[in-house]
Amino acid sequence: MDQPSAPKPAGPRETAALIHKLKIEPPQSFIRKHIFSLDHKVIGKQYLDLALVAVLTGMVLSWLMRFHLAFPKSPVPLLSTFAPKGAADGVMTPEMYLAIMTMHGTIMVFFVLTTAPFAGFGNYVLPIQVGAEDMAFPRFNMMSFWVTFTAFLVLVAAFFVPEGPPISGWTAYAPLSAVGKDAGPGLGTGQTLWAISIALFCVGQLLGALNFIATTLDLRTKGMTLARMPFSTWAWFITSVIGLIAFSVLFPACVLLILDRVAGTSFFIPAGLVISDKLQPHSGGSPMLWQHLFWFFGHPEVYIAILPGFGIVSHILPAFLRKPLLGPRVLIACMAAIGLLSYTVWGHHMFLSGMNPVSATLFSVPTLIITIPATISTLLWIGSIYGARIRLTTASLFCLGFVSVFVSGGISGFFLAQPSIDTYLHGTYFVVGHFHFVMGVAAMFGIFAGTYFWFPKMYGRMMNETIGKWHFFLTFIGVYCIFMPMHYLGLAGNVRRYSAFTDDYMQGSLPLHRFITYAALFTGGAQLLFLFNLVYSRLKGPAAPQNPWEATSLEWTIPSPPPVNNFGDVHPVVYHGPNEYGMKGSTGDFVMQNSPEKMEGE
Amino acid sequence: MEAVENAPSVIPSRTGVWVGIAAITMSFAAYTSAMLVRESAAPDWQHFQLPSILYWNTLALLASSATLEMARRRLVPPVAAPAARSGRALLAITLVLGLLFVAGQVAAWRALAAQGIYLATGPSASFFYVFTVLHALHLLGGVVGLVVTSARVRADAGVRALAALGSASVYWHFMGALWVYLLAVLTIKM
Repeated sequence: MDQPSAPKPAGPRETAALIHKLKIEPPQSFIRKHIFSLDHKVIGKQYLDLALVAVLTGMVLSWLMRFHLAFPKSPVPLLSTFAPKGAADGVMTPEMYLAIMTMHGTIMVFFVLTTAPFAGFGNYVLPIQVGAEDMAFPRFNMMSFWVTFTAFLVLVAAFFVPEGPPISGWTAYAPLSAVGKDAGPGLGTGQTLWAISIALFCVGQLLGALNFIATTLDLRTKGMTLARMPFSTWAWFITSVIGLIAFSVLFPACVLLILDRVAGTSFFIPAGLVISDKLQPHSGGSPMLWQHLFWFFGHPEVYIAILPGFGIVSHILPAFLRKPLLGPRVLIACMAAIGLLSYTVWGHHMFLSGMNPVSATLFSVPTLIITIPATISTLLWIGSIYGARIRLTTASLFCLGFVSVFVSGGISGFFLAQPSIDTYLHGTYFVVGHFHFVMGVAAMFGIFAGTYFWFPKMYGRMMNETIGKWHFFLTFIGVYCIFMPMHYLGLAGNVRRYSAFTDDYMQGSLPLHRFITYAALFTGGAQLLFLFNLVYSRLKGPAAPQNPWEATSLEWTIPSPPPVNNFGDVHPVVYHGPNEYGMKGSTGDFVMQNSPEKMEGE
Repeated sequence: MEAVENAPSVIPSRTGVWVGIAAITMSFAAYTSAMLVRESAAPDWQHFQLPSILYWNTLALLASSATLEMARRRLVPPVAAPAARSGRALLAITLVLGLLFVAGQVAAWRALAAQGIYLATGPSASFFYVFTVLHALHLLGGVVGLVVTSARVRADAGVRALAALGSASVYWHFMGALWVYLLAVLTIKM
């Protein structure tokens, strides 16, 4: 636990910084206030709104897939209107299934799991938690959002080009993604739009990471030492370092892919490739090169999605356990270790790619090692519950749910980390269940927890707790009904990426697929409660006090919602860490980070 | 809330430029490793003679780094009027040298094209164009950075404006170092 200490007198660095002080004038015009805003809080909300549109799009796409898997011969009403080629009679073709799968994966991984927990909440909360008026580079911050938004529009445009979206999956494996329209529908303009979209997305996220790193390192207020930074800020900081490296590699991969597609180069396309009876005019390219570049980004991307959840949960849990989180420094070390190790494991996605088996073993070992910091983090969260005076709010329930789904999904990772077992399971629904739990649902639970926790700060109104709890319990039950059976399907050998299982040996899996589909529709329906709660509370929710959760960090020391310059032309002074719950303070059983009072035993 | 009138401790542009340099370094490391993998993937790697103008371009770019440092030293306060004038002149020379470098790169591309070596001619040519075009684009970003930050210094030579010019200069020098690295790689591999 940090010892409170009086701030040191201003030194030369501080004197220089006086000149740095931002002069933030409230913007007057609608455009500068709400659209091209430089305010990190508006940009954070814009990211969250973008993620909401993206997640709804991605969810509808998943329903279409699930409906087709359960009822492969039944037409979907209106589908033929929207996709006259892909579903002439309302029943989607296998190619259209793959197109929907590709867009679902791309939208969810990039525009939901990256934008919401990292760019969205990070933008809104990080500058306030370190005691700054704004991000270090507000103009870059604004550009970051609008480039990301443009990337989303470019991706969605693939729905409206004549041959539709690409069919190569969110991983866009070459040479399928590189050879062009001869290889199938959507692999012409649609795939080019995909590559341009992801390249733009990289630029947007690099600008964001630059801001997060500089803000955390340079704009911390007096007394906000690294050890006193909230866990959430630590997580966003580590995530931005991971993102800086990961997106710096995905961008070149996309550039080379675009050149293969439009300029006739041969980075990824091998010699002698015959597609649709046509010899491709390329030679010597390496499909494995794409996989290496993609997964060097792709595996750290998993942690870009989940580490903000680690931070959000670690930040929120103590506020509702009313006691400090166990091992705060160990937890930060675990997050940093995960970040570091995330760059040593990418080959575990390529066990079946024809990679040297010795390499497979080399990638398997760090994959198993990375489970150690993840397990320690989990044990710290669970151990912290012991002796807690827990307050079961919606936010804390989603935190506990996060731990549950992360553990459930993480355990199946142990199996997949071993090349011999992965050989059997890699192409099956076992993997689909694994990554949806550990990356998708866990990150979503982090997003939900963050929403219920920070909504009062962001909008000045409380969300409805009764609806929130219904939302949690229905979602919690729903996601287990969707993704747990997928593990059993995988063990039974049910292959993934197939659009239907009517005419082959997998017919027996149809009843379970139907159950999963019903669960998906049920869980999706439960999200209507969340949507209603969001809209209703934004308009009619009761006014939120400054610190409704009796939490300690700096965002709870300013009005809800905060003024444009956050702290009103002054800089707060920090005396304590963020983990001071269960203490005897003038405010109750907790001590605010900016409270100069000494605690018992100091 | 107790608060003080002191702002956070350092000037972010100094950190920002190094973070940006880290990202660009990583991306060129990715291109380089892609080149090594691609070279060993198939026996179709062709060697060709690099246009000699590249070496003259290198001299121009290194000279621009020198003039930029000379300019910056003349612009640090307290600045006498003649020093400020020569500082601004040296900055202008820096920008002209930078643009000369880009023009020289365009001449190199044209020289290769005249020999029938285009982007898609072979893997070595592809990487040559990828490296040189992307470096030139990054350098043009540096030109914009220098123009913007030197205009700020001219308007108000405060600590922040000078720090921003310093950061743009660090970026510019990095572009020089990156080019020397790329030229070494190209010389070895082409």
